[in-house]
Amino acid sequence: MPTTAPTAHALSDVTASDGSLRRFLHGLPGVDAVGLEARAASLGTRSIKTTAKAYAIDLAISMVDLTTLEGADTPGKVRALGAKAVHPDPTDRSAPATAAVCVYPDLVGVAKEAIAAAGGAGKVKVASVATAFPAGRAPLEVKLADVRAAVAAGADEVDMVIDRGAFLAGRYLKVYDEVRAVKEACGTSARLKVIFETGELSTYDNIRRASWLGMLAGADFIKTSTGKVAVNATPANTLLMLEAVRDFRAATGVQVGVKPAGGIRTSKDAVKFLVLVNETAGEGWLDPHWFRFGASSLLNDLLMQRQKLATGRYSGPDYVTVD
Amino acid sequence: MSDKTVKTERLSVFKTYKLYIGGKFPRSESGRVYEVSDSTGNWLANAPQASRKDARDAVVAARKAFGGWSGATAYNRGQVLYRVAEMLEGRREQFVNEVAAAEGLSKAKAAAVVDATVDRWVWYAGWTDKIVQVVGGANPVAGPFFNLSTPEPTGVVAVVAPQESSFLGLVSVVAPVIATGNTAVVVASEKAPLPALSLAEVLATSDVPGGVVNVLSGRTAQIAAPLAAHQDVNAIDLAGADEALAKELEIAAADNLKRVLRPQPVDDWFATPGIDRMTAFLETKTVWHTTGALGAAGSSY
Amino acid sequence: MTIEKRSSAFEYAPAPESRAIVDIAPSYGLFIDGEFTEAVEGKVFKTVSPSTEEVLSEVARAGQADVDRAVKAARKAFGTWSALPGSERAKYLFRIARLIQERSRELAVLETLDNGKPIRETRDTDLPLVAAHFFYYAGWADKLEYAGFGPDPRPLGVAGQVIPWNFPLLMLAWKVAPALAAGNTVVLKPAETTPLSALFFADICRQAGLPKGVVNILPGYGDAGAALVAHPDVDKVAFTGSTAVGKQIARTVAGTKKKLTLELGGKGANIVFDDAPLDQAVEGIVNGIFFNQGQVCCAGSRLLVQESVHDELLDALKRRLSTLRLGDPLDKNTDIGAINSAEQLARITALAEQGEAEGAERWSPECELPESGYWFAPTVFTNVTQAHTIAREEIFGPVLSVLTFRTPDEAVAKANNTPYGLSAGIWTEKGSRILAVANKLRAGVVWSNTFNKFDPTSPFGGYKESGFGREGGRHGLEAYLDVR
Repeated sequence: MPTTAPTAHALSDVTASDGSLRRFLHGLPGVDAVGLEARAASLGTRSIKTTAKAYAIDLAISMVDLTTLEGADTPGKVRALGAKAVHPDPTDRSAPATAAVCVYPDLVGVAKEAIAAAGGAGKVKVASVATAFPAGRAPLEVKLADVRAAVAAGADEVDMVIDRGAFLAGRYLKVYDEVRAVKEACGTSARLKVIFETGELSTYDNIRRASWLGMLAGADFIKTSTGKVAVNATPANTLLMLEAVRDFRAATGVQVGVKPAGGIRTSKDAVKFLVLVNETAGEGWLDPHWFRFGASSLLNDLLMQRQKLATGRYSGPDYVTVD
Repeated sequence: MSDKTVKTERLSVFKTYKLYIGGKFPRSESGRVYEVSDSTGNWLANAPQASRKDARDAVVAARKAFGGWSGATAYNRGQVLYRVAEMLEGRREQFVNEVAAAEGLSKAKAAAVVDATVDRWVWYAGWTDKIVQVVGGANPVAGPFFNLSTPEPTGVVAVVAPQESSFLGLVSVVAPVIATGNTAVVVASEKAPLPALSLAEVLATSDVPGGVVNVLSGRTAQIAAPLAAHQDVNAIDLAGADEALAKELEIAAADNLKRVLRPQPVDDWFATPGIDRMTAFLETKTVWHTTGALGAAGSSY
Repeated sequence: MTIEKRSSAFEYAPAPESRAIVDIAPSYGLFIDGEFTEAVEGKVFKTVSPSTEEVLSEVARAGQADVDRAVKAARKAFGTWSALPGSERAKYLFRIARLIQERSRELAVLETLDNGKPIRETRDTDLPLVAAHFFYYAGWADKLEYAGFGPDPRPLGVAGQVIPWNFPLLMLAWKVAPALAAGNTVVLKPAETTPLSALFFADICRQAGLPKGVVNILPGYGDAGAALVAHPDVDKVAFTGSTAVGKQIARTVAGTKKKLTLELGGKGANIVFDDAPLDQAVEGIVNGIFFNQGQVCCAGSRLLVQESVHDELLDALKRRLSTLRLGDPLDKNTDIGAINSAEQLARITALAEQGEAEGAERWSPECELPESGYWFAPTVFTNVTQAHTIAREEIFGPVLSVLTFRTPDEAVAKANNTPYGLSAGIWTEKGSRILAVANKLRAGVVWSNTFNKFDPTSPFGGYKESGFGREGGRHGLEAYLDVR
């Protein structure tokens, strides 16, 4: 697999100054909202065949970052989640594990243990949101401390939020520097997912600029949203980010992953997102290493669909586990 | 030498009537003229007999003028057409005489014709900046689009002017063509071309850019045929063509799919014209623009 | 450039729409005066599925005597139909619109079978627009005095309508709906390769209880069309098809009182500026020329791209074309269906070969063509100039000619440098440029940052040799009213 280390590439010089970064980001092709949404909708009408559907559902399960991000999270809740991530379907051990569990930094340790206890160590990653998630409104040193704590507790992946205030104020270099600093804090052991909170960036032009900004700063993944605002992952904003990683790899040779998060609840939706991946970025991204779903309730729907495909009967909520 | 001079009436100065092409007054390229008489057969003047080449030159001039005239603001075109009315009003007596002679009318009736003709220019002057609003508009399409239909001039229009109503009828077919931004090549009434040729002098002195109206006199069938077949003419008004000629011209016009306005029976040129003569030479352009949402914002913490 | 190969594990269905939903009879008659009837001369012709060459049905072929019968029936019906209160005519049209919606899946499958176009298009574009068109004009039937054509607009009489094979049912709707709303009766001749949806429409008229003779359908060839437009008792002629035939019709009706509207060919320019939203422009280019296999009069068959973004755009376009799925039109995942007929395929093939012979560079994505049926791979020609045949002649197939320009002036000059004037596209993020360029284009429909969008409220039709008159919207009523 290609590495994603922020090495020197064709675009290294665009981050030399605030001005050059701004010129670069504003020089990216604009996005026509109507055309983008029409394309996303049109890809949503693809239908995939039954054998491919089984593959798609297993692939989707293996791409889930099983997430709990509540103020009321407890070790008990996280332990249950860790066990479920390793063996999502208690009645069918052939069900693939999810890609990761995603928790707050203080629960990383608990998650690690739970996964290990269920036999998923090394297989199911632990991702931790950090940098004063979800608002990101804290001094840089606090954010970095947040990251370091998560990494120290064993997080394999860090999901940071960008400073949307700085971005919307046009202070792109500040956002860039912050992502760089967090990347550095992740060291070599943790992959960095950069959350844009697309609902707050609001325009597609902003989402494209943020995508390139994040990738230039060394993001291993670009991620739509926190799940905490009104508009989270949509087919259109995910399609746009897939175009960005596709174009970034063409320009630099560096491959970056994409993670839509929030709002994806059904298997049907998940398959539509996989179609977007397939037809936009291509098969190189159809892998949990490069594409994730940030979700919680999605997993149960995927499992019910999986049971339906295996048995021919429709399943029900009593046959999957409550979280 | 005798001291006595013979007292005679002053010899009047005849006018040499000329074609009007591209803002200039050339003689016919053919060098030919034909006799024009009044309704009782008295010779009035010689009129130039335009050739195919004159017709071609007129089309070239009209095409050249089209960009500027169609691109002028509607307000500007209205001002120019109103200026024509002003200039015409000032030469009222001349036209009363010419129309009386050409159409065999009493001075009083000819005066009524000239007055109505002046008023017609005023009427169309007022239309230039309203027709777009009347026949264009937004279309409520089902989707995230803004969709607007606007009328645009079709281009160079060949006008076979009415044979009988040599002045009011002429202006009634020419003014609507140019009010909307088209340019015109006019074939004047064959037997009564003089008011049309004199009108050209008015147009030349009233801010109408050269080439916007071109006036040809001569044998209607001979001039109209090359115009109907001309590939750079976009439309043709057959007002002054008889049934057989109209059919022949319409067939020729099909070669490049000219817009054809067939001869319409006109009982009364004094009546308010309506907008049909304008819309006959207007295209409808519909432009779709994407709109989309302002953005999908929303913070809930 | 590298093109991502599609994952073999992540295959799409064959997800065929069920053929069983449509019941095609082994033979059909002409529809005259409310009855299905054989042709007077007893002639028939076969209609085939272009994707398989399977014979779908045998259809009566109208001749001169049938045209006479149909016009007579339409004339007879005109008196009572035009005398109906507009509100009653409206309700018939609303009924028809609803019946089309109810039967839209059936009609979509039928249209796909007979025409060869993908079910995705018949299902998502053709049929919804057909129903919408009847809904739109239904509402006009009792409001004609507000349409801006005088206080008492009158119908013309019998309309003779000849339609093409590229959007069989949609073109029928464009013709029939405004004609009936205005109080005319119609005799319609569908194209010889796609007669079936019009015959199913006849059945819908029957279900709607439409009075006999108001709509008459005459499947047949060009001779029937010629007889129809020349018929002395036809008051209105409406034709959609080739410019050559359109000119012939214009000559035929010369010197008569017949009112004429023509929707003819095009060579639409799709202009991409360097500040275009590139990803959407690529989609628009694809939609512009590969929608309905490019068999669209308003297709964006000339891509005019600003030289400074030519390479970038072409790379993106080629990458995108590699994801197009060509094959069974009934498969819901199919993007590119079959060419409508062997004749059309031959024409496309010949013009493409000429493009190559004249030195343009030909490219197609890797694309397996089915063995039976009429197929043509999506094709892009680069290094094309204004002088190339493929930049001037309407190909009416999935063939894109790519030209470059340097300045907006040059783009406009090249776009307008054609005897046609139907459609154009503008791709730029600069609003003032959209307005300036749109203003200068000599084309009846201009799409900015989109392409091939249609709506019943939106007038459609061309400048210059693309025809005259407008279909759709308030403007579309004028063609069917005695406005002067």
